[in-house]
Amino acid sequence: MIQLQNVTLTFPDGENRITAVDNASLRGNNGTVTGITGPSGSGKSSILAVAATLLRPDSGGVLIGNGSDMTDAAQLPKHEATQLRREGIGIVFQQSNLLPALTAREQLQVMARLGGGTSRNKRAKIDARVDELLDAVGLTEHAGKRTHQLSGGQRQRIAIARGLVHEPEVLLIDEPTSALDQERGAKIMELISRLTHERDTATLLVTHDLAHRHTLDDLVTVLDGRITTPIAGRALIR
Amino acid sequence: MRERKGIIVFVAWRELRFARGRFLLIGAVVALITLLVGFLSGLTGGLAAQNISSVLQLPGDRLVLQQPENSDPSYATSSLDENTVTAWEQADGVESVTPIGIVQSRASASRIDDPTGVALYGLPQHASGTQSNPLFDLAPVHDDEVGVSSGAADDLGVETGDTISITGTDFTVSVVGDDLWYSHTPVIALTPEAWSEASKRVGGTGEATVLAVTANADWEAIGAATGTVAETPLASLTALEAFQSEIGSLGLMIAMLFGISALVVGAFFTVWTMQRAGDMAVLKALGATTGSLVRDSLGQASIVLIAGIGVGLAAVIGLGTVAGQALPFIISPITTLAPAVVMAVLGLAGAAFALRSVTKADPLTALGSNR
Repeated sequence: MIQLQNVTLTFPDGENRITAVDNASLRGNNGTVTGITGPSGSGKSSILAVAATLLRPDSGGVLIGNGSDMTDAAQLPKHEATQLRREGIGIVFQQSNLLPALTAREQLQVMARLGGGTSRNKRAKIDARVDELLDAVGLTEHAGKRTHQLSGGQRQRIAIARGLVHEPEVLLIDEPTSALDQERGAKIMELISRLTHERDTATLLVTHDLAHRHTLDDLVTVLDGRITTPIAGRALIR
Repeated sequence: MRERKGIIVFVAWRELRFARGRFLLIGAVVALITLLVGFLSGLTGGLAAQNISSVLQLPGDRLVLQQPENSDPSYATSSLDENTVTAWEQADGVESVTPIGIVQSRASASRIDDPTGVALYGLPQHASGTQSNPLFDLAPVHDDEVGVSSGAADDLGVETGDTISITGTDFTVSVVGDDLWYSHTPVIALTPEAWSEASKRVGGTGEATVLAVTANADWEAIGAATGTVAETPLASLTALEAFQSEIGSLGLMIAMLFGISALVVGAFFTVWTMQRAGDMAVLKALGATTGSLVRDSLGQASIVLIAGIGVGLAAVIGLGTVAGQALPFIISPITTLAPAVVMAVLGLAGAAFALRSVTKADPLTALGSNR
């Protein structure tokens, strides 16, 4: 589970500060896809960046975990936040952001090698799951291909598999269909929904494309940094 | 659970294969610079040996040369009379003094039409305070004999028992020894008396050129009192004009090549790591530590440098072996491994200079970036 509690994030703007996220609270439960929508500049990507520990909020907490084993990611020192991203959070970027020199299989394998001092057991564990995830996203036959040999949809599926290969508690996805046509976009959204449910992951998904809203379990709207409209309602902490 | 340490080059290694054209290019540049530096070092070493190999065999703690009033000491013009030699022998703390004469002249043999330039050394049979060394092994017993270095023997086409002519006087070759040179001429050793006569015949004073002194003495005081200067054997090499000018210019070229190699490698990796900045941001966003990315980048640079330097070094040894038959060229650890190590260190320093774009890559830029 991931829970944002009263998160406020500001940026310097000349002598003043502008508020990107204004006292936002939000919960993503395990096994659910929580959509975050809103117009451009509303602060939805900033919420995702805070959830990913890429930005530290001015105030508020980002709790990740389950039951009594919850970590406030907003309070972690930098190296621990990096470790959390490596072990507890999966990130899927707006564009796939795959590494051009790596094959599809290696895009997943690299997740076991990010820490430098990765243990052999952990590496073997992740490597063993690579084939399973490639199969789950339907790209087993393309495992040896590099980025430029894959279509946009295939790249995004590899990115999703990369986000899940280390079995994270939380999966954060930024505009996964923005570069895809309707048909491919629908397939990606269905894939995200299926894998989230199968793997019991707490998925937060930023999108301004509501054509596939039926694949979301929850949806909140962000406007001027505030979470304003609970559409399904379950994700909003009142 | 045992942690795996060491350089993690998972991404770097695959980038090397993916962008092999670019890395082959920079590897070739590194190999060519290594070849240039290695060749220049070998040639410098060879030229240096042809200048000083005999001087470095002179015994004693210090070598004493005449100190001219208005110029620097010089092996070519130094002349030390009997009084000076005696003054050094009688100075406090002096254990032994060996007067040695050096003069350049010509020698000829019946088998070779043209005379050959040689360096004539006047050497006592047993230099006091010295052990056997390649130079003194040439010292003849009798005044009508000479010891010939192998270079002179080759040039003159002589061997032990043959006769050679020096300044109009015939000498019998008593021994052919090691390959020793002085100021680009091969060495021939005479007795001090025979050397003195030969020196006079070529316009010299017939007096000793240099004193090899073993002592625990006040070198400066004795030098000032006798109009001489006492230098360590290495420091005395500055009194060889040919050596000084050669080493100065060749050393400058080598230093400039080292600088160029650091700049070229540094510039390549700066551009390369700037191009990788996006990938670095993605990896950081996914949880890569800065340390692992730095190791990855330096590992990549090391692979390119080691491969390039290895190829360059192999070419130096191969071509140097061939060139050594016609040129003064020395293949030794100092002329091959030492420049290679310096190249590797400077190349890595250049690559390390480029690491700023790795350490400063902002993982936040991976969000929303279009790559």
